[in-house]
Amino acid sequence: MAVVLARPARAVAPTQEAPWVRRLLIGVVLLLLAVLVGAPLVVVFAEALREGWLVAVASLGDEDARSAILLTLAVAGVAVPLNAVFGIAAAWALTKFHWRGKALLLTLIDLPFSVSPVVAGLCIVLLFGANSLVGGWLVASGYPIVFAVPGIVLATMFITFPFVARELVPLMTEQGKSEEEAALTLGASGWRTFRTVTLPNIRWALLYGVLLCNARAMGEFGAVAVVSGKIRGQTATMPIMIEMLYNEYQGIAAFSMAALLTLLALLTLALKSFLEWRHADQLRATGRH
Amino acid sequence: MHIEIDEIAKEFGATAALHPVSLRIPSGALVAFLGPSGSGKTTLLRILGGLEEPSQGRVLFDGVDATGLRVQERRAGFVFQSYALFRHMTVFENIAYGLRARPRATRPARVEIARRVNKLLELIQLPDIAGRYPNQLSGGQRQRVALARALAIEPRMLLLDEPFGALDARVRKELRQGLRDIHDTTGLTTLFVTHDQEEAMEIADLVVVMSMGRIEQVGVPAEIRARPATDFVRDFVGA
Repeated sequence: MAVVLARPARAVAPTQEAPWVRRLLIGVVLLLLAVLVGAPLVVVFAEALREGWLVAVASLGDEDARSAILLTLAVAGVAVPLNAVFGIAAAWALTKFHWRGKALLLTLIDLPFSVSPVVAGLCIVLLFGANSLVGGWLVASGYPIVFAVPGIVLATMFITFPFVARELVPLMTEQGKSEEEAALTLGASGWRTFRTVTLPNIRWALLYGVLLCNARAMGEFGAVAVVSGKIRGQTATMPIMIEMLYNEYQGIAAFSMAALLTLLALLTLALKSFLEWRHADQLRATGRH
Repeated sequence: MHIEIDEIAKEFGATAALHPVSLRIPSGALVAFLGPSGSGKTTLLRILGGLEEPSQGRVLFDGVDATGLRVQERRAGFVFQSYALFRHMTVFENIAYGLRARPRATRPARVEIARRVNKLLELIQLPDIAGRYPNQLSGGQRQRVALARALAIEPRMLLLDEPFGALDARVRKELRQGLRDIHDTTGLTTLFVTHDQEEAMEIADLVVVMSMGRIEQVGVPAEIRARPATDFVRDFVGA
C-alpha cells in the first residue's frame, strides 16, 4: 500500500519570512556591525600595536599616562557606587508609592540624556568655579572643585545618573509592590524586606545598569573636558589624555591608551556575560535580565 | 479571634473607597466579602491587614484597639490576589520566610523551621515541591503555597484577596473545598474577598455583601438568598 505524503506547499512555516529576506536582514545587520563596531575596534588595536607590544606598553607606563589611568578608575570607583545608590533610591521613590512631583522627578532623571555634556560641564563651572559664591569660598578654604578631581566626579555623576534608574524603573513598575507587602505581613522590617525581596528581584537590572554606568563613566569626555582644566598628571582622565596625545601627533601613545579604554569596556561586558552564565538558574526563576 | 470594625472609612484623594462601615465578626468564622469591583471589599481587607490606613474609625481585635498597630505586629496571614510569592526563593524558603524574619529571641531553630515547613506542605497536600521555584508551579499550587506561607507565622486571622480569581473553573471548585478544610482544621477567623456569589454562598459561614463602599447586607448564605435586604443584593445574588 503506497502512502502518498502531501508535499507542503511552502518550505517554511507560514509565520516565517522567506529565506532570502532572512538572509538579507542578517546580512545587513552583520555588515553594519562590522563597519560601525568591528572596524573601529580593529583599527584601534592595530594602530596601538603598530610598532609592537613593547612600545605600546611602554607608552602606558609613562608617568602622566599612569596617572590618567588611575584617575579614571578612581572617578568611576566613586561615581558608579554613588549613582547605584541614587538610582535605587530614585527608582524606589518612583515605583513603590504615590506622591506629588513624581512626573517631575522622572523628567529630571532623563535630563542628563538630553543636555549636551559640554553644557553640563559649564553649569558646574558656573556653580562651583572660583568666580562663584560657593566656589570662591571653597577655593579659599583649600577645596577647589573645578579644575580638580571633585569637579570631574561631579560631572561624571551628572552624565551617568540616568543609567541605573532607567534600568530599574520599568522593571520595578512591572513587579509592583505586592511581594514587598507580603514580606511586611510576614513580619519583616522595611530594611529586611528591601534586602531579601526587593534587591534580589532587581539585581540583574541593577548589575546591567551599573555596568553601563561604569562604561560611560570611564569614557565620558565632554563634561569632564570642561571642568578638568586638562592638567597633565593631575586632572587628565584617560579620554582627555587620549585627545591630548592625539593632538600632539603621538599616535602610538594615543591609540595604546584608547585600546586600554576599549579593553576595560570589553572586560565590563565579559563580566556581565560571565555572571549571567554563572547564575542562569536564578535568572530563569526571576524572569528578566 | 473576633474582629470589630467600627465606623471605618477610607478616602483616596477626593474619592471615597469606603463610607463609614461597621461590622462584628465572630471568632473562628469563615467570612466572604462579596461585591463587584470597586465596592471597597479589598480596601477593607487591606485595612484589617494593616496595609492601608483608614481615614477614620477603629479596628478591634479581641476587643483591643488595633487601629494603629503596624502591619508586622498584626500577625494577619495575608494571601494576595496574584499570590505574590517571592519569585527568587524556593517554595521552602517562601514558607520559611516569616519564621526566619522573626527577631532572634523568638526565632525557632533551623530544625524546627524545617519541621514546621514540612508540616505545612503536608497540610496543603504538596509534600514534594519544597525545592521548586514559584514559576515551576501551577496556579493552584501557587495559591496553596501562598496559604502555607501565610499560615507559617501562626497568624491570628487569615485574610485572602480573591484567592480563586486567577484559577480556572475546575481547580477553583477543588480549592474552594480546600480552603474550607484548612479553615476547619486551623479554626482561624478567615476573611476572603470575592466577586463570585456562588463561591461565597458555597463555603462561607457569613456573607457580607458590599457595593460602592457600603455594606448592603450581612447574613448567613441561606438568609441572604431568601431575604435580600436591598435591590442590589437581589440582583447581585440572584444572578
